Amino acid sequence: MFFDVLSRITDPTTLIAIAASAVFGVFMGAVPGLTATMATALLVPITFFLPPIPAIATMVTATAIAIFAGDIPGCLLRMPGTPASAAYTDETYQMTRRGEAELALGASLMSSAFGGLFGTAVLIAGAPILAEFATRFSSVEYFWLVVLGLTCTVGIGSADPIKGIIALSFGLLVSMVGLNNPAGTPRFTFGQTALFDGVSLIPMMVGMFALSEILRFAASGTRSLDKVATPSGSILRGVGAMFLKYPVQILRGSMLGTLIGALPGAGADIAAWMSYGISRRYSREQEKFGTGHVEGVLEAGASNNSALAGAWVPALVFGIPGDSITAIVIGVLFMKNLNPGPQLFTSDPVSIYSIFALFVIANIIMIPLGLLAIRLFSRLMRVPRQVIMPCILIFCIVGSYAVNNSLFDVGLMLGFGVLAFVLEESGFPGSPAILGVILGSMLENYFVTTMISSGGDLTALVSRPIAATLAIIVVLIWSVPLLLRLSTRPKPINSAGH
Amino acid sequence: MKSYKGMLAKRLRLVLAGCAMALTAVTSAAAAWPERPVTVVVPFAAGGGTDATARILASLLQRELGQPFNVVNRPGGNGLVGHTAVAQAEPNGYTIGIATTELGSYKPMGLADLTPTASYTPIALYNFDPAAVHVPAESKFKDLPSLLQALKSGERVRISTGGPLGGSWHSAFSLLLLKQGINPATVAFVPSNGAAPGLQEMISGGVDATASSLPEAKPLVDAGKVRSLAVVGLQRLTTFPNVPTTKEAVGTEVTGGAWRAIMAPKGTPNDVRDRLVGAVEKIVATEEFKKFMNDRGFGISWAKGRDLDTFLAENEKSLGDTLKAVGLAK
Repeated sequence: MFFDVLSRITDPTTLIAIAASAVFGVFMGAVPGLTATMATALLVPITFFLPPIPAIATMVTATAIAIFAGDIPGCLLRMPGTPASAAYTDETYQMTRRGEAELALGASLMSSAFGGLFGTAVLIAGAPILAEFATRFSSVEYFWLVVLGLTCTVGIGSADPIKGIIALSFGLLVSMVGLNNPAGTPRFTFGQTALFDGVSLIPMMVGMFALSEILRFAASGTRSLDKVATPSGSILRGVGAMFLKYPVQILRGSMLGTLIGALPGAGADIAAWMSYGISRRYSREQEKFGTGHVEGVLEAGASNNSALAGAWVPALVFGIPGDSITAIVIGVLFMKNLNPGPQLFTSDPVSIYSIFALFVIANIIMIPLGLLAIRLFSRLMRVPRQVIMPCILIFCIVGSYAVNNSLFDVGLMLGFGVLAFVLEESGFPGSPAILGVILGSMLENYFVTTMISSGGDLTALVSRPIAATLAIIVVLIWSVPLLLRLSTRPKPINSAGH
Repeated sequence: MKSYKGMLAKRLRLVLAGCAMALTAVTSAAAAWPERPVTVVVPFAAGGGTDATARILASLLQRELGQPFNVVNRPGGNGLVGHTAVAQAEPNGYTIGIATTELGSYKPMGLADLTPTASYTPIALYNFDPAAVHVPAESKFKDLPSLLQALKSGERVRISTGGPLGGSWHSAFSLLLLKQGINPATVAFVPSNGAAPGLQEMISGGVDATASSLPEAKPLVDAGKVRSLAVVGLQRLTTFPNVPTTKEAVGTEVTGGAWRAIMAPKGTPNDVRDRLVGAVEKIVATEEFKKFMNDRGFGISWAKGRDLDTFLAENEKSLGDTLKAVGLAK
């Protein structure tokens, strides 16, 4: 069987498919506005004409690499390629401004590869068990998971928690636009058909991060770069030291990412934000977060790539997509007669192990290819800013248009860009607003679905064991610091007296 | 100032030239369509089922008619954006689109004045998937009669609609209830973001039954987690010979489900329409197309001309009636 698998994945068609889709993945991830999901969708017509294993190879390779490559414009230009990398875009961008672009990208590359391999190992070893666990999650469990996600991430991106919460609330408000609410009624659409699907996340994100940065550059009047990115010697050696310093964080990110990825109602976006939030909360150097600190980048970078592998767990075992990428992949699996289901693991082990092998290959070739891409793209930083800023603006416009082929989205991008510029100048962070949009509609949908199911009975929120456990965790996270502060209150007064 | 005027004149000339070209394109469209690439609008995102069928059709149309057929996704508003784009396009045969069941719901729900029968030149129906009813493997409902009996007696059975309220599966199941004399407005319908999330909600115990197509539940049926009780149609599907029809199960003759068709803007010249219908008819009969549809679990259904008009009219009416009965129509 080992040799069967080997002969399938070393087949010339498969090898060419892997190489070509790897390059394609770098392109799709690195060009702002183009996403890993789009890469998968664009590959579908090509898979019509490929045998099963090469067809799956294109998708596995392109997505794994696109998710990492999405970190490149985020880090260099403050233009996150995917919602998942938005969690740590500011962190890596701050590193770039200090001249540590290559180190920041190296960290996200190596943690991505590690997370991907970790997720794959779990997929190989425990897919059926993990999938079984994931099927116990109904809307009420997802509701608590989203609350937990919000809890973990409160306070990120801002020195002032109140301003962070206001920005988050703004994001939650934006997420209410559209008719994708449980009642299917248009809300806050002002009669605009283009708003029926809600505010499109990618244009909003591109505007809030990239355009606001362009505006800030224009307003500041500086014509030179903050600091030229100096090639900091061996990227691998620098990252190696980080791995030794933060092994717990990387492992924690990988575990959480795989688990969240395997839950069909959550996905890589929440995984990255939660991991970043957890990293900050339990860090010994909390004050460094937001100033270009690599700790959270490692944890969240590992998290979103492991979630990618985790999403395949319910997809392969039960045909339930774990995210928007596997939703597309399932269609291709059916087309190639690799019908998802537990029987896939027993009836066609050669195919399934070939798919696993593809995951390993994709995450390994990501490393040399990623290093090459980092060296190449880092040169961008030596281009004068007054040249590069207009180019970014063009990418912002093209990327926002490409998502839905809609000019309206270009307008949204511009509007949110100006808004974010004004907000950030007044000390309101942008990233909590993005998080609010990602989690807002999930929060509402899961809550209302639970209420419809229970007929409006609020006790349904805690009447199932997993839901009750998650609820207790949420309550503890909120109440323990408060209680601690209350019980230790006399101390600061005493010490103030000294 | 002078150079500005010069530029303006130049631009004006360009625009005029463009208009002239467009005019010739329109007049000659009838003569030798297609002379340039054709745009195929898909009202849903790339990567979904509708997109996949559109892309295989486009590649085969390209081979058949010798011009590129470019798929353009215009998602948004549960398909409303793309459907509107086709209806409002120039009726010259160079913009066509895929229409889906959702098209019948916009007008009754008060979202847009757009209907399958009045707003387009229908070309061909190529897909129909009947709805089915699924329950968890360990459910106390062993068959469709016991489920319907529970609903009749007023027992609170939570049913996932495998998509939005007013969507294909919700409407088809409500139609069945109406014919059984059960008021669908009294049933606890739970919306979901699609069939897979609906089925996931069911096997996790969040709801008691789910309406969706049969192929959508196949992996979970194979895994022994889900049982399909009946298919809302007149005949059993050849790929699911063990699932009875609603007629066999409860004696109700009813058909409901999701369809996909190719539509052109209203006013498309007859000879363009006929060439397109002919090409699609040839394609739907090819082994390549049949294999694709079968592997993806999509049922092939063919209708053109008057049959298609009747099909669309019947669907529009039953969807309108159902939406009214469940209280979603404005």
